[in-house]
Formats: sequence, structure tokens, C-alpha cells
Amino acid sequence: MTRQAKTWLVIGAVFVALLVARGMIGQGLGRVYVKRTDVTVTLPDAAAVNSAAAGASSASASASTSASTTAVSAQATAPSITSTSLASGTTMSWQEWKQVPPLEFIAAQKENPAQTEITLSWPRTIGLWLAAFFTLAIFSFLYADNPFYKIAESLVVGVSAAYWGVIGFWDTLVPKMFGALTPGLVKSLVQPSLIAPEMLQQISMVFALILGVMMLWRLLPRGGWISAWPLAFIVGVTAGLKIVSHVESDLMAQAAATMKPLIVSVTDASGATNIWDSWWASVANVLLVTGVICCLAYFFFSVEHKGVVGGAARVGIWYLMITFGAAFGFTVMGRIALLAARVEFLFDDWLWLIDPNHLRGL
Amino acid sequence: MSAGNFNNTNASARSWFERLDRVDRRWIFLLMFLAVSGPILWIGVTGKTLPEAPTLAARAVFQEIDQLPARSLVLISFDYDPASAGELQPMATSLVRQCAAKNLRMVFIALWPLGSQVAQQTIQDVIRDDYPALKEGDDFVNMGYQAGNEAVMKLLLTDFAKAFPKDSRGEATSNIPILKDVKMASNFPLLISISAGYPGSKEWVQYVISAYNDKMNFVAGCTGVSAPQLYPYFPQQIAGLLGAIKGAAEYESMVNESLEVDGVATAPKYLQAQRRMGPQLVAHLLMVGLIIVGNVIFFARKRRGAA
Repeated sequence: MTRQAKTWLVIGAVFVALLVARGMIGQGLGRVYVKRTDVTVTLPDAAAVNSAAAGASSASASASTSASTTAVSAQATAPSITSTSLASGTTMSWQEWKQVPPLEFIAAQKENPAQTEITLSWPRTIGLWLAAFFTLAIFSFLYADNPFYKIAESLVVGVSAAYWGVIGFWDTLVPKMFGALTPGLVKSLVQPSLIAPEMLQQISMVFALILGVMMLWRLLPRGGWISAWPLAFIVGVTAGLKIVSHVESDLMAQAAATMKPLIVSVTDASGATNIWDSWWASVANVLLVTGVICCLAYFFFSVEHKGVVGGAARVGIWYLMITFGAAFGFTVMGRIALLAARVEFLFDDWLWLIDPNHLRGL
Repeated sequence: MSAGNFNNTNASARSWFERLDRVDRRWIFLLMFLAVSGPILWIGVTGKTLPEAPTLAARAVFQEIDQLPARSLVLISFDYDPASAGELQPMATSLVRQCAAKNLRMVFIALWPLGSQVAQQTIQDVIRDDYPALKEGDDFVNMGYQAGNEAVMKLLLTDFAKAFPKDSRGEATSNIPILKDVKMASNFPLLISISAGYPGSKEWVQYVISAYNDKMNFVAGCTGVSAPQLYPYFPQQIAGLLGAIKGAAEYESMVNESLEVDGVATAPKYLQAQRRMGPQLVAHLLMVGLIIVGNVIFFARKRRGAA
């Protein structure tokens, strides 16, 4: 056994021992509880709803809640009723499971030890432990590369790829492409809430479909050049969109925002000049204008960086360095915030060492 | 001090420099973990947070929302996913809380696929739990995710219903009472974007605000990485800006202060950002210390090399 393998073994053994010890102290750790709610909905008479909806359309249901049963007398909008195939007066029932804090489970158990309304959720508890395991697996890379990290990394890559594939299909292809070309089929088979497209939208989607097929042509052994046409279209449209917006928001508006008076007079409510505020406002404007001019001088290569231009360019470098430092500081802050969130998850949700949200009454 | 002692001191200092120069970086990782976890445990146990002094950019966000008349429409774009929730969720929670407390009508949209779910979770945590009187469809609505990035923004300039034809429940936009008078983005006096990157606040400035700067105001909350790119837009194009968790903590403290009820402690879920400033402080002190030590070692080595 190598030294590194022995180290991993020791770290793992210590960690498991600590985990077991934690599990036997106090309230234990890492459990998720859910509360069951039985929901019953009776669809009202469509004609009555239509007349009610004429006054005020509302998609929400008015619910009357009892201890564990919610009887919903649906006051749905006319389109919702007409779009469903269920007959008026049909009653539907289902169970909803809502995550509740452990404190609620403890209180419910105290009141009635035989209660089954709030129970331990095994799927959510396993999910919590998996989340903790993968967080630690990713962190373990900081010590050294290892199989746990590889598993977590591969899983992230695989899940992300699959997720984006699903999103692309269900949020783009189905509603925008198939929904526009064959709205009836999509509405009846997969998306009953699909809004019927206008004629112009349907025509434009035919054009988009042709461009899409041309783009995929590059996968065929011959005629790969055909994919250059849709690519040219994308480049042209993107450039047109971006040039206009960049000129407006980043060139014109930013140039206007830089044209500031170097001496500012700040007056207070009584109309008197506030010397202190005026001084700082003036300093801020001078620093801003100087920074812009000096940074531009640094990137101006048509003239040799000597004399006044050289001096301005050197000041420009200082401004750039301060900007990079501020950007680095912000990046560090962001990364520490993410680390803090994960550590908080481990200590709070998983190990139950802290209870900042008073969910367990520690 | 004798010559012998002086030499010993020099040798011992040199050995310290050499040790620090060759220190295994994993010790630094461990130090960083302790710097972050120590304050989390301390704040988690004591419940104490650090005081915050709001800066101009955070105050501007609060004022932009505060000055709106009740029942004004606010468009809130959730342009992030759970990967950035550690940084952005606290500010999203506070933004929605202030809007709900001001009785503003909120329209949630998402340009990131998981933004819709994050918005739904925020609606559950803030509106449904603490403002149950607000009705979905009348006081707020989640329009869900729409693919297309800048194309969606451009479409919002001319036709809101085309950009978002239905809400996340499947209800047609034309049937939603809150959107009865909404034709285009300029019908919203305020746009709020909480973003973790592309598409996000920068694109909102470029494609919507540059066209509507005089018709609608814009405030943004962003991650630390994207904050330096957005500060140049403040205050002309972005009226208020919450940069990273620090901006979130400042804004959160202002919202909590404005909604404080005598004798009633603020709910812990509205203190997320302020809680996370504890680890920030200690971790930043550690970073500053490490940078100083690194520079001392660098110059000491340089001097020794020159000698």
C-alpha cells in the first residue's frame, strides 16, 4: 500500500468515525421530513365558471383547508375549463408532499407518537446525503486527485450534457419549431397549453427549419459547404444586433458619462455650498476623467510612449492594475461566498451542527 | 547582541523563509477552510452578524424600489441557476421581499433554464410564506423560462406576449390579470435583473435599457466576477447595483431595517447575506496576510539572489 493510499484510508476512517459519533449525539444528523396533504378537486359546472370568469378571470383555486385534507372548489378560468376533457363535476384526488423542518416532526411526534402525517422522506434524505458526498468528493481534489473526485466530475459533465440536450429539445425545438410547424399535433400529444402560432411565425419557422437542415449538412460526406450559408446568416444577424447595441450602450452612453465637470459645486437643502461634498465630487470626477484619458493613452500605439504620452500611459498602467486588483478582489469574494454556502450546507443541512434558520430548535 | 547571536538570528530567519517558500499549498487550502468554517460555526451558534454600512450603489437599489407607488409593475429577471445561488439568492430574497412589502406587482421571468425554478422557490419562501394575501395572477406571476437570450430581450421591446406567450402554469398571457395593460417592456417602470453571467444584466443594458433609458429604470444584482463589468454602467444606465455578497448584505440590512417591527426579531431566512459576511471577513484577512507573506518572501529571495 502506497503512502498516499494509507493517508486516504486514515482520513476516511477518521471521517466515518466522526460521522458515526455525530449520529449518536443529540438529534443525530441529515434527515429530511415531509408533510402529506390530501388534495381533492371537484371541477365546477363550466357554464357557471364562464359566467363568473366574465367578471374577473382568475386561474387560482379557492381552497378550503382542513387538518390534512384540502378540498378545492376550482374557480378556474373559462379557457382552462374548456381545454380539459374532464366532465363537469368530476372529482380528482391526489397527495402532495411538502418538505417541513425537523422541528415540526418533533412537535408532531410529541403530540401524537403514532402520527403519520409528517414522516421521514427516504428519497429526499438519500438526496441530501448524495449532495453532501459529492460536495466532499469535489473538495477532495484539493488534497489530491482521486477516484471520488473523478466520479463526481464525470457525473457533473454527464448530467450537464444530458440536461442541456433535454432543455434544447423541450424548450426550443418542441414549442418553437414543432409547435409552429405542427401546432395541432404538439398540442394534442405533448403540450396542451401550447399557444397557437400566427401565420407569419409559421412561415418564418419553415425558413428556420431550412437553415437548420443546411447547417446539419456538414455531417454528410459531400456538400459540407452548404452549412456555410446558415453560418453566414447567424454571423450577419449577430453582428447587426451587437454593433448597434454596443455603439449605443458602450460607446455613446459611456462617452457621455465620462464628460463631467472637473469642478463640482454640491449644494445642500438650504442652497448653501457644501465644501466637503463639493471637494470629493470634484476629486471623483477628476480621477474618472484622468483615468479614461490615461488608459486610452496606454492603448494608443500610433505615437511612441515618450514624454507626455509616455507619462500618461504609465498612469494608465496604474489605473489598469488597480482595476485588475479590484476585479480579483471581487472574484475572491464571489468564490468565498460559494464556498461559505457549501460549508453552511454541510454544517447545517447535513451534519446539524448549527441551526441558523431555527429549523431544529437547537 | 553579539555577532554569534546575530548570525544565529539570520540563519533562523532564513530557515523560516525557506520553509514558507516551500510550504505545501494544501496547508493554505486547510487554512482557508478553517477561515470560512470557523465564522460559520460561530455565527450559526450565536446568531450574531456584522453591522453593514450601505454604499451608494446599494442605497440606490433600495430607493428605486421604495419610491415606486403601490401596485406599480416590476419586471424581475432571474438570470442565474443554483450554482450561483450562494451569492445571488440572498439578494433575490430581499428584492422580492421589499417589492412584496411595498405591494408592487411582480412579473418574474427567466432567461436561464433553471432561473424559473429558482424564481418559484423564492416566490414560495417569501411571498407564499410571508405575504399569503398576494394572489398569483393578480399580484405576481412567474412567466417561466424562455430560450433565445438577446432575441427574447429584443422581442420584449415590442411585444411582451410574443416573448412570453404563457406563464409557468401554462396560462395564456392574455388571460393573466396582472398583464392586462402590459404591451411591451416599457410598460414596466422598473426592471430588476439578478444575473450570474450571460445573458444577464449587461445584455439588459445593451438591448433594453439603451432603448428605454428615459422610460424605465433598471437595477441589478450580480456575482462578484461580473461586478467589475457592470460598475461602469452605474448610475447612468444601471440606477442601482448590488455587487456580490457584500452588496447583498448591505441591501439586506436596509430592507430589514425598513421592515423592522419593534420587539420582533427578523426571520433568520432574511439574514443569509449578513451571515455570510463573517466568513468573508476572516477569509479576506487570511488572503491579505498570505499576499503580504508572499511578497515578503519574494523580496527576501530577490535580495538574497542579488547578494
